[in-house]
Amino acid sequence: MANATDPDSYTGATPDNAIRDADRAEKTGQMLAADGTPLKTSLARSLRAQKLRALMLIAPLLIFILVTFIAPIADMLFRSVENQIVSETLPRTVQALDSWDGEGAPDEETFRALAADLTIATELKNHTRLGSRLNYETTGISSLFRQTGRDVDEIGEGYMEQFIELDEAWEDPATWMTLMAADSWIENRAQWASDKAEAEAAQDAATTAAEAIALEFTDPEPPFRLNDIASDALPRTASIFRQFARITQTENEDSPAEEEPWAIIYQALYEDLSAGRGDGYEGQAATLIDEARSAVVGFEDQSIKDYFINEIDEDWGSTEVWGTIKAFSSPYTAGYFLASADLQLTAQGIEKQPEDQQIYALLFKRTMFMSLTIMFSCILLGYPIAFLLSNLPMRTSNMLLILVLLPFWTSLLVRTSAWKVLLQQQGVINDILVWIGLVADNDRLQLINNQTGTIIAMTHILLPFMILPLYSVMKTIPPYYVRAAKSLGATNWTAFWRVYFPQSVPGIGAGSILVFILSIGYYITPELVGGTTGTFISNRIAYHISSSLNWGLAAALGSILLALVLVLYYLYDRIVGIDNVSLG
Amino acid sequence: MKTKTILMSTGIACAAGVVFAAGHEQMADEMTVVSWGGAYQASQDNAYVKPYVENNPDVSVTWDESSAEAVAKLRAMNEAGNITWDLVDVVASDAIRLCDEGLAMEVDHDELLAAAPDGTPASEDFGDLIVSDCFIPQIVYSTTVGYRTDAEGWNGTPETICALWDQENFPGQRSLEKRPIGNLEWALLCDGVAKEDIYDVLETEEGQDQAFAKLDELKDNTVWWTAGADTPQLLADGEVVMGSTYNGRLFSLIAEQDQPVEMLWDAQVFDLDGWIIPAGLSDEKLARVKDFLTFATDTQRLADQSKYISYGPARASSAPLVDKHAELGIDMAPHMPTDPANATNTFLYNYEWWADYRDDLDAKFQSWLAQ
Repeated sequence: MANATDPDSYTGATPDNAIRDADRAEKTGQMLAADGTPLKTSLARSLRAQKLRALMLIAPLLIFILVTFIAPIADMLFRSVENQIVSETLPRTVQALDSWDGEGAPDEETFRALAADLTIATELKNHTRLGSRLNYETTGISSLFRQTGRDVDEIGEGYMEQFIELDEAWEDPATWMTLMAADSWIENRAQWASDKAEAEAAQDAATTAAEAIALEFTDPEPPFRLNDIASDALPRTASIFRQFARITQTENEDSPAEEEPWAIIYQALYEDLSAGRGDGYEGQAATLIDEARSAVVGFEDQSIKDYFINEIDEDWGSTEVWGTIKAFSSPYTAGYFLASADLQLTAQGIEKQPEDQQIYALLFKRTMFMSLTIMFSCILLGYPIAFLLSNLPMRTSNMLLILVLLPFWTSLLVRTSAWKVLLQQQGVINDILVWIGLVADNDRLQLINNQTGTIIAMTHILLPFMILPLYSVMKTIPPYYVRAAKSLGATNWTAFWRVYFPQSVPGIGAGSILVFILSIGYYITPELVGGTTGTFISNRIAYHISSSLNWGLAAALGSILLALVLVLYYLYDRIVGIDNVSLG
Repeated sequence: MKTKTILMSTGIACAAGVVFAAGHEQMADEMTVVSWGGAYQASQDNAYVKPYVENNPDVSVTWDESSAEAVAKLRAMNEAGNITWDLVDVVASDAIRLCDEGLAMEVDHDELLAAAPDGTPASEDFGDLIVSDCFIPQIVYSTTVGYRTDAEGWNGTPETICALWDQENFPGQRSLEKRPIGNLEWALLCDGVAKEDIYDVLETEEGQDQAFAKLDELKDNTVWWTAGADTPQLLADGEVVMGSTYNGRLFSLIAEQDQPVEMLWDAQVFDLDGWIIPAGLSDEKLARVKDFLTFATDTQRLADQSKYISYGPARASSAPLVDKHAELGIDMAPHMPTDPANATNTFLYNYEWWADYRDDLDAKFQSWLAQ
């Protein structure tokens, strides 16, 4: 019988072979599992299944949190840099502004671009939205845009009249179709029109209502297509005409083949022709273009710039308006974050806000200060209560705990309103103080509508968040530690301070974090009892969300607040250590 | 199998037939109307919704008390692509904002709304009160000042708005709205600026400084309110002796709760409240809303609302029809902000101007308060 442990007598997986393999592997630096694969791989493989199972178990919650919590917050915070509205609504203007030197009104070319952009924006009813966006940066832009929207369709009318005077064909949508539309589109449209007529005839002939419904013709007109000659020969005209055709089809549900084009298209045509463009047409179209091209030399030149500044609003000549448009022309902006730091973005760079409009730094400081004050007063008031609760017999402490929880279950608004009744100058507290004689009747204490009011009311509201973690930590501190300390000769104070208190610190940590983070984002209570000096940054965020609709600024302020909390959390972790936090 | 096919096709044909027969008249049976809650919403329910539902028993109307945050909520709904409101009651400045943002639908007032009984088209009957293409005015209300009649140490009774600044004759706490609108105008008016020049002055840096300097005098003894119910509460508690709020709130404090308070109509600031239709409603819903609006904003209905609350109807033709209070039986006309005796000196809130300057002046106002 051969020795079973003899090396190399058996190959395959035996414990001895495995140890030998491992020995060998150690020499070469690689440990092998029983089946000869490296131990690391083998371990990883068996662990992978476990990890996967764990991941699948938490997946529902993870996905739920991602979709309903993280994603909306990220989306909201992203608005703090988003600024596509300017470049999307005024694409031509933004491009033309590149060459502007930043002094006075820009050149005629930019105004022409503006006229085209604003005509389209007005048709789509986007111009007022852009106006209110830019009004956040410079007062008066909102009404400037609204005013301009009313007048902008008159730009180019002078040219339109001159073209029509030259040849009445220019008034006819059919002329424009020959010049602009692709042959394939004209064919498709003809096909569509005959289909439609056929369907309508069939519908009229239908005997029952159901049949008529089934026969109803709902296809829209095929989307307009430009022809290649137009985009080469008359690029400006073609680009605006395409917009005109698209808007006519999608917004107004009309056909560009039947609608008179906008006045601004004649303007563009004039620009194209006077630049000598327009070659490439054939037949009747060529004659029309040639005729017009030789005539435009004699046309009365009308400056769009003058029209904007003299006829619509002189603010179009102001450096400030154009500076704002230029400064906010990029699709992403730091403008909202600058505004949150009491700065502003101008064409010349970053400047300070006027002194009487600097509020955010003050509000951030005040929010921090008051939240810390509330946190410390919660510790001061909550610690003795938690201590008492954890040292009383179970029956009594449960009773008292309900008293702590009772206000916790009451509506926030009820509690806040109750504080109003208590704290106001003709309120319960002042009445009692006057009755005792501590305070003169004509010199009652101002306890509400200031910081005092906010601190009192919020300390009360947030107190349970301090007491509960403290209580649950203190409950777990064994009483014999203190007894042992005393039996070794410690005084009451030393026993408490050196033995008991350090063990309760995790509870203070947990309570402080809860109270501080909750109070930093509070806004209902400060709004109701804070008056003017007791409000938080969150009140401003709420104002920008619901009243001024400046969601970008609200998002920037919110991002800063979030970053601030995370930084403080990090500092807390470095100084106290997050492992020292216990909720029980 | 065959029977089933026949049955099914008949069913489809019937259903289609119903749809076709109803054609463009198809209207939704449910309507969500958004308003301010409280006595104001109750007056709308009594004057508009109840009679309408009586005529159209299969319609059910749901109220939503979200007008205060309507602008933000409509914007969120629009971004989510799911508009759950059919008709929203907002103040005029919010209507302008919603219209600018493209969140409210532009309407043709003459086409949508009923003409006055004498045939005057709606756009003339409402006149200047149509401050935006999206806005259908309902009521005129005003922000005015109420004062306690039993205040101690007073020398006479307040006659003009400048009594707010007169601590010598009328000592005591004031309450004013925590926003620049209205307060800045009053400050300039009491600092000697002529009424017609106020907005020109306020446009300049110096004018704004002048207004804030005047408000400085009040700052130490003023409570700043944010909700319309604050001032009536503060007046009733004796916490303040003089304060601004909406005239309807003061009316209910004086007439319904019988408190020793009087109204000072001087320099009341007129504002408007009305309907907007959210943009992007389905055809069926829109048809129902339009049908309701035509009914709810006719001359008689607007006059009916004033039986329940002391706000003036927005139609000129409704004014003569204003009747007695539905429960108290007192004549409502003398309590309307538009009553000639009350309206000797009034302000019409300048919407255009404030739409432009609101953000700037609000930032200034807030930092002024914080200092």
